[in-house]
Amino acid sequence: MWYNKFEMDKKYLFKRNNVWWVKLAVPVYLRDKLGFDLRKSTGEKDLEKALLVRDSILSEFKAKFSSDIDRKPSSETNFSNKTTYLDYASTTPVDERVIEKMKECLSFEGAFGNSGSRSHVYGWKAEELVEEARLNVSNLLSCDPREIIWTSGATESDNLAIKGAAYFYQSKGRHIITSKIEHKAVLDVCRQLEKENFEVTYLDPDESGVISPQAVKDAIREDTVLVSLMQINNEIGVLNDIDQIGLITRENGTIFHVDAAQSAGKIPINLSKLNVDLMSFSAHKIYGPKGIGALYIRRKPRVRLQPLFHGGGQERGIRAGTLPTHQIVGMGEAFRIAQEQMEIDHKRLTNFRSILWNGLKDMEEVYINGSIENGFPGIFNMSFNFVEGESLIMALKNIAVSSGSACTSASLEPSYVLRALGRPDELAHSSIRFSFGRFTKKEEVENTVDLVKNSVSQLREISPLWEMYQDGIDLDKIEWA
Amino acid sequence: MAYSQKVVDKFEETLKNPEGASVGRWKPGDKDFHRVGTGIVGAPACGDVMKLQIKCENIEGENRIVDARFKTYGCGSAIASSGQLIDMLKGKTLEEAQNISNQEIVDILELPAIKIHCSVLAEEAIHRAIDDFKSLRNND
Repeated sequence: MWYNKFEMDKKYLFKRNNVWWVKLAVPVYLRDKLGFDLRKSTGEKDLEKALLVRDSILSEFKAKFSSDIDRKPSSETNFSNKTTYLDYASTTPVDERVIEKMKECLSFEGAFGNSGSRSHVYGWKAEELVEEARLNVSNLLSCDPREIIWTSGATESDNLAIKGAAYFYQSKGRHIITSKIEHKAVLDVCRQLEKENFEVTYLDPDESGVISPQAVKDAIREDTVLVSLMQINNEIGVLNDIDQIGLITRENGTIFHVDAAQSAGKIPINLSKLNVDLMSFSAHKIYGPKGIGALYIRRKPRVRLQPLFHGGGQERGIRAGTLPTHQIVGMGEAFRIAQEQMEIDHKRLTNFRSILWNGLKDMEEVYINGSIENGFPGIFNMSFNFVEGESLIMALKNIAVSSGSACTSASLEPSYVLRALGRPDELAHSSIRFSFGRFTKKEEVENTVDLVKNSVSQLREISPLWEMYQDGIDLDKIEWA
Repeated sequence: MAYSQKVVDKFEETLKNPEGASVGRWKPGDKDFHRVGTGIVGAPACGDVMKLQIKCENIEGENRIVDARFKTYGCGSAIASSGQLIDMLKGKTLEEAQNISNQEIVDILELPAIKIHCSVLAEEAIHRAIDDFKSLRNND
């Protein structure tokens, strides 16, 4: 099972009256029914014995979850007059538990103090909460809390990692490797560095969207100071093998930066085992607030960065600025919850993706952008040939999704990610990204299948390209005006 | 980007009742096909293809558009623009149709600036269809 790779240690255990208990948070959509969390005593005082009992109690808990997961909606729940949110890769709602924690850090009664104030209890309290959050983040990633630096989000983390490393190590070399399908927060930073006389190699993905370790190996040079690649692609959900790539960069003494905005809290990440030097995180992709993120900076072997912000010396002088306690606490809580729910979340997402794909795969001329075998199930990108993506989104008016179509972007260019996979432009124009999350319900996905089928056939009915395809005309051979 | 209610209505109307919205085609072999002019503009790679057909009749010495049909691949506003064009065409002489400007479609549908090209496409489509019809005449 995928989650066995995950190191559990004392996870889910807490001590009360000298006896170990198991505690598991209840998914939000079941909380009305089962309460905030489930607790049960192991009856053991000894940790090792408690660990033996833990798993069976956990599966008992999880059985409760899964038997309830696919429950039919109660009569008062009506999805039809609501818009189904299937755009979790764009952003997620904040988990209620996170909101509660954040609220405690704002008012006079709460921990409003400046965590940098060393002279009084207000400052100490804020600092304590900030450090607790840092511990939550580092626990999820199996790293040292001192390796986590708070930022304003993954975009800033990417900027700090790439520019910071490029500037600091420029005397060693000025060559950087990245890929053509990175997030703009990486690509545009690289473009900027090119203007500053750095040389950047943009690797091509294979047709499913994977950057092969071999491609990195072939591109790496003596003067390559940095390799920056994402773990899960935000448009197509495909996973890169950062395990293997890390071995290559480490061997060459090159710094390896990974954008984990889409992956942290969704798949296991063990930084104590990975050869990753820098990793970017965001809170709002995993049910935390917007405006907060973090950067992992490896201590052994030590990676150094030139700061982008200068000021009060916060975050070891790497990122100055008063720490936003409520945002940080929110991110810490979101990451803590993610650790508890990762397994069950992942299972649900896998189920949703199967429902969607099984429901749609028999339609004519539909394509997966990316791959099922090597894809994170929360992000599923498909093209419906001969139907333009924006019009499909408009037809699916009760479903919130996004498209790689040019018409949904300000630039009027179709998705550069899909183009880099070698998809023809017309298929890029016809793409839709479905992304599921913690609050998605099975019924919503089932409804989506029906709506998509219906809308695609309606739009094909009015599509001249569909008509030509049905007539057996080869669209590639037409000279378009 | 939010569309005007007019674009949304036109789009939904077309989807729900394609026949009523003049979606369709005349194909070779159909009766009267010799009186149909066809214009296809745009390209799949650009995300917009509009196919417009006009059927003309000589009424009192003038060629008038008595019916029109279309199919469009494109964003919501491209589909709405095609539908709007069709509404404007019927009953017009070729000369009047030739003078329809994209700005009229922009105004009626309240198209946002970034979608003006959809109306331009509609204007090009009618020009092509008229040219095609005229070339048919010349071949007679």
